Amino acid sequence: MEMHPHPFKRILFGFAFSPTLEINILETTRIAHFFNAKLILLHVGKKTEEKSGIVNALLEKIDFRDDAIEIQWEEGKPVSVILEACTKFNIDLLVLGALQHENMYQFYVGSIARNLTRKVNCSVLLLIKPSSERVPCKHIVVNGLDAPETPVAILDAFYAANAFGAQQITIVEEISQQEIHVTVEDDLSLMKANIVKERLKHREESRVRKILKSLPEAFLKNIKIKTQSIFGKRGYSIGHYAEIVRADLLVMNAPKKTGLLDRIFRHDLEYILSDLPTDLLIIRK
Amino acid sequence: MSLIALPLGLGLALASEAPPISGIIAAVVGGVIVSLLGGSKVTIAGPGNGLVIVLLAAIGTLGGGDLYQGYLFTLAAIVLSGVLMLLLGFLKMGRLANFFPASAIQGMLAAIGIGILAKQFHIMVGHNNETGTIIELLLTIPNDFVDLIKTADINMLFASGIGLVSLLIMVFYSKIRNKYFQLIPAPMWILILSVGLSYFYALLGKPYPMSVDYLVSIPDDVLTNLAFPDFAKIMDSEFIIAVFAITLIASIESLLSIKAVDKLDPLNRRSNVNKDLKALGLATVISGLLGGLNVVTVIARSSVNVNNGATNKSANFFHAVFLVGFVLIFQEQLRRIPLASLAAILVYTGYKLANPESFRKIIRIGKEQVLIFLTTLITTLFTNLITGIAAGILVTFIIHMIINKSISLFISNLFKPNILLFKEEDEGNFYLSIKYFCSFLNFHKLKNKLDVVPENMDLVVDFSMCNFVDHTVLEGLENYGAAFDKKGGSIELIGLDKHEADSFHPFAIRKILPVAALKPIERYFTKRQKDLEAAARDYDWKYIAKKNTNTSFLENFVFFHTREVGYFYNLLKDAKNGCSVFDLEWTEGAFIAKEVVKTTMMHIQLDIDIPVFTLDKEGLLQLIYSLAGFSAISIENHPDFNRRFNLSGENESAILKLFTDEMVLFLESHPYYHIESNGSSLLILKKERLLGVQEIKRMIYFGQQLHALVQHKKIYP
Repeated sequence: MEMHPHPFKRILFGFAFSPTLEINILETTRIAHFFNAKLILLHVGKKTEEKSGIVNALLEKIDFRDDAIEIQWEEGKPVSVILEACTKFNIDLLVLGALQHENMYQFYVGSIARNLTRKVNCSVLLLIKPSSERVPCKHIVVNGLDAPETPVAILDAFYAANAFGAQQITIVEEISQQEIHVTVEDDLSLMKANIVKERLKHREESRVRKILKSLPEAFLKNIKIKTQSIFGKRGYSIGHYAEIVRADLLVMNAPKKTGLLDRIFRHDLEYILSDLPTDLLIIRK
Repeated sequence: MSLIALPLGLGLALASEAPPISGIIAAVVGGVIVSLLGGSKVTIAGPGNGLVIVLLAAIGTLGGGDLYQGYLFTLAAIVLSGVLMLLLGFLKMGRLANFFPASAIQGMLAAIGIGILAKQFHIMVGHNNETGTIIELLLTIPNDFVDLIKTADINMLFASGIGLVSLLIMVFYSKIRNKYFQLIPAPMWILILSVGLSYFYALLGKPYPMSVDYLVSIPDDVLTNLAFPDFAKIMDSEFIIAVFAITLIASIESLLSIKAVDKLDPLNRRSNVNKDLKALGLATVISGLLGGLNVVTVIARSSVNVNNGATNKSANFFHAVFLVGFVLIFQEQLRRIPLASLAAILVYTGYKLANPESFRKIIRIGKEQVLIFLTTLITTLFTNLITGIAAGILVTFIIHMIINKSISLFISNLFKPNILLFKEEDEGNFYLSIKYFCSFLNFHKLKNKLDVVPENMDLVVDFSMCNFVDHTVLEGLENYGAAFDKKGGSIELIGLDKHEADSFHPFAIRKILPVAALKPIERYFTKRQKDLEAAARDYDWKYIAKKNTNTSFLENFVFFHTREVGYFYNLLKDAKNGCSVFDLEWTEGAFIAKEVVKTTMMHIQLDIDIPVFTLDKEGLLQLIYSLAGFSAISIENHPDFNRRFNLSGENESAILKLFTDEMVLFLESHPYYHIESNGSSLLILKKERLLGVQEIKRMIYFGQQLHALVQHKKIYP
C-alpha cells in the first residue's frame, strides 16, 4: 500500500526578543513557505505597542510576504503555553531555535527547547544555525531503525527533501551490537561476527527497500538515495555520522517519553539532543 | 625452552624469598594447564619477574619475619588471586590492561627492575643476608665491595667471583656469534659452568669452597615435600591488599606479554585474551595449592620460543614435561647451583627492565611523559606497586587537564560514546571517527571498535573532531597498525595535522590548537606527514608541508564557484610532469553557516588545451553546473557509462572527441574519482575529506594514467 505524508499545514514558532530574532523569523518564514504552510508566531509575554512594532517591521522585510502569517501573544510559563498552543491551534510542526551544545546544567535541568522536544505531541524542527541568507539543504540523513515509526520518518524525510529541494537522502540503519551475539575474541569469532554482520546488513537493507517501495514514486524522483548500515550505539552513531557527512538535516523518529533517569542512562535521541550535529526534525504522529 | 625456564624459575622463586622449587612448580603447572586450555598459541607460561616485588613484599609482611610462614600465607593469596583472574576471564575483562597510561606502566616496570636488581646484586657478590627497603638496598651496594676487599671469608669471595663472571656471561652472550655456543642459552651456560666447577673441585679432591648457605636448597624428595597454603589470615587487610596487588600485576604482565607475543607469531594469529586469563587463573590456583608461585604469560621465554620455530601450543606443554624430568633426574646437580650465579641472571633481568634506553625513549616523546614515568617509579620504590600505579594514573590525568586547561572536556564526555565506525559502502574500507577526546581513560572504547575490524582491511582513523589525543592511544594505534600491516591491511591516521604537539615524536600528546592559523603546520609533524615525505621520496617528487595561500590556479574550476579556497598544505609536487597532490582547506557558506572543509586533491597541468568538463558520479553538484551553463552529455553506445557518471560541459563535440572508447573503458574499470577540467589542467578528488597515504598513492596512480591518456600517450609506457 502506498503511503502518503501527513503534510505540515500549520507551523508554530515561539519567539523571544533576542538578537537573533530577525534571523529566526527570516528562517521560519522561509520554511513555512517551502511547506506551503500557515505560520503562527507565538510570543510568551505581554503584547505591547513597542514589541508588536518591532515584529511588524521585521515581517516587512521577509521574502514571502503573501504567505499567511499570524501573530499570537500569550502570557504564562513558556513551556506550558507553547504546549497548549500546539493543541489549541492544531499544529503539525513546531519550530524551535536551539543551542548546539548543552553544558551539564542545561542537559540535566533542560533548556526550554529540549524540554518542549520531549513533551510536545507534534513534529519538532530544531534549528541550530538559522541564517538570514538561504543555505540550501542538500543532504538529508534519516534513521532506518527497525521500529514501527520508521516508515513515517522516512516518508517525511522525502517529503521534506522535496519541499527543500534536497538532492540526496542517506538512510542510516543503526544496528545495535547486541544483535551480533558474537563477542570478538580471536580470529575465529571475528570471522563469525563479520558473517553475522553481513547478514544483518542485508536484512536491514531489504527492510529499507520495502519501505522505499511503499513511498509515492513522485517523491523518489530526482533524489539520490544511499543506505549506510552502522554497527554501534543506537541514536549515537547516526548523529556522529550526520556530522561527518555534513548533512544539512537529520530526521529522526520521536522518542518514547523520557524522564531524568533516561538522561542519566542516555539512549537514542538523548545523545543527539545533548550534542546537536545539524538541524534536527523529529517526526511524531 | 626448559633450558631457560629452569634457571629463571629457580631464580625468581629465590628472589621472592620463596623456596626455589616453587618457581619450578609454577612453570610446570602453567605449562601444562595453559597449553591445554589457553587461547594463545605460542606463549609460554610460568613464574613472572614482575611479580617478584609483590611476592617479596607479601611474604615479608604476612610472615612478620618468619619467611616460611609468610610463604604459606602468600600461597593462599596466590590461590585467591588465581580465582580473581579466572573471574576476570569469565567477565571478559581482558581489556583491563588498557586503563593504564603507557608511561605509568613503563615506570612500574622500571621500578620492578630496580627492585630485583637492588636485592639480587647483594646476593651476586656474596652478601646473602642484606635486608631493607629497595632504596636502602641500593645505597648499600658500594659497601659490599668495601667488604669484599676487607673480608677473609673465602666462601664470600668465591661466590662473588662466580656471580661477577656469570653477569659477564649474561652481558656478552649476545655479542658472541658462534652457532654452537648459541645453541645453549646464556642462563644455562652459567648453570653448566658453575655446577661443572664444583665437579672439577671434587675431581681434584679438594673441598668445594662454598658452604650450603651459598647454594640452592631443594628438598630431598620433591614430590612428597610440597608446601600447602595457609588460609588463616584471609580476613586481614594486609592479605586482601596482597591478593589485589598480585592479581593486578599478574594480569597486566600477562596481557602485555600476550599482546607483545602476538606481534611475533609467524602465523599472525590473534590470541583469545579472555580464554588465556581463565587458563592462567586456573593454573595459578593449582600452582598455589601445590606450593608454587603465580602463573603468568612471560614475554622473554615466549619470544625465545618463537625464535626457536614454535608454531603451536605443544612447545608450552613439552617445556613443562621436560622441566619435571630435569628436576627429578638432576636433583643432585641442582643442589650444586650457587645462589650468586642465579642472582647474576636476575640482576641482568632487572637491568633490562629498568633499562636507561627505555627512559631515553620516554624523554623523546615529551616532558610530561617523563613526569608520569618518574612519579610512578619513585612512588613505587618508596611505597608499593599499587600506590605507585595509582599515583601514575592520577598524575597523567592531572597533566591532561592542565594541558587542555579544562576539566569538563574529560568529565562531561567520559561516559558519552565518542566513536563511530562504519564501512564506507562504495569503497569497502572502514572509516572510524573520534569525537571529544581520546586518552587512556576511554581507549578501551576505541579498542573495542578496532578489534572488530578484520586486519586485512584498510582502516582510516579520523581525529579531526577530536580535541585531544594522548600518548597511550597513539602508541596503541601504532601496535594495531603493525598487526594490520602483517596481515595485509593498513591503518592510517588523518586529521592530526592541526594538533599541537610538544615534540617531534609520533607518539607525543596532541591537542587541537585554539587559534590554529597562528602557528606553522610543519612544526608538528604527524605520522601521515612523515609517510607523505617518504612517498615523495619514492616518487622522486618534492614534499612541502608549509601552508601556501597562492591558490589562483584553482579558481577557474567550476567546483570552486561556490566554494572559497583557503590555502593548501602538505604539497607533493612532481616538477617534471606538472602533477601535484595537496591538502586543501576551503569553506562553504558564510557567517554562522560557514563550514571549513579539508580535502586532498590532485592537480595536473596539461601541455595541451582540452575542453572544459566535469565528470561526477554523485549528481550532487548538478545544480551548480547547470548554473555555470553546463549541460549533461551522454556518450553513444556506452549506456553503462552514462548511467554511472554524470558528464557535463559546454563544448559537447570537443568533449565527445576526448572521451574515446579507450577513455570510457579506462574510467569504467577504475575506482570512481571526481574529475574536472578547466581547459588547461585537471583536478581530481576522491572524497570531501583528507585521504590516507595509501589512498593518495592510488589517486596518484589513477591521475598519472589519466594524464597519459588525455595527452594521447600510451597508458603503459
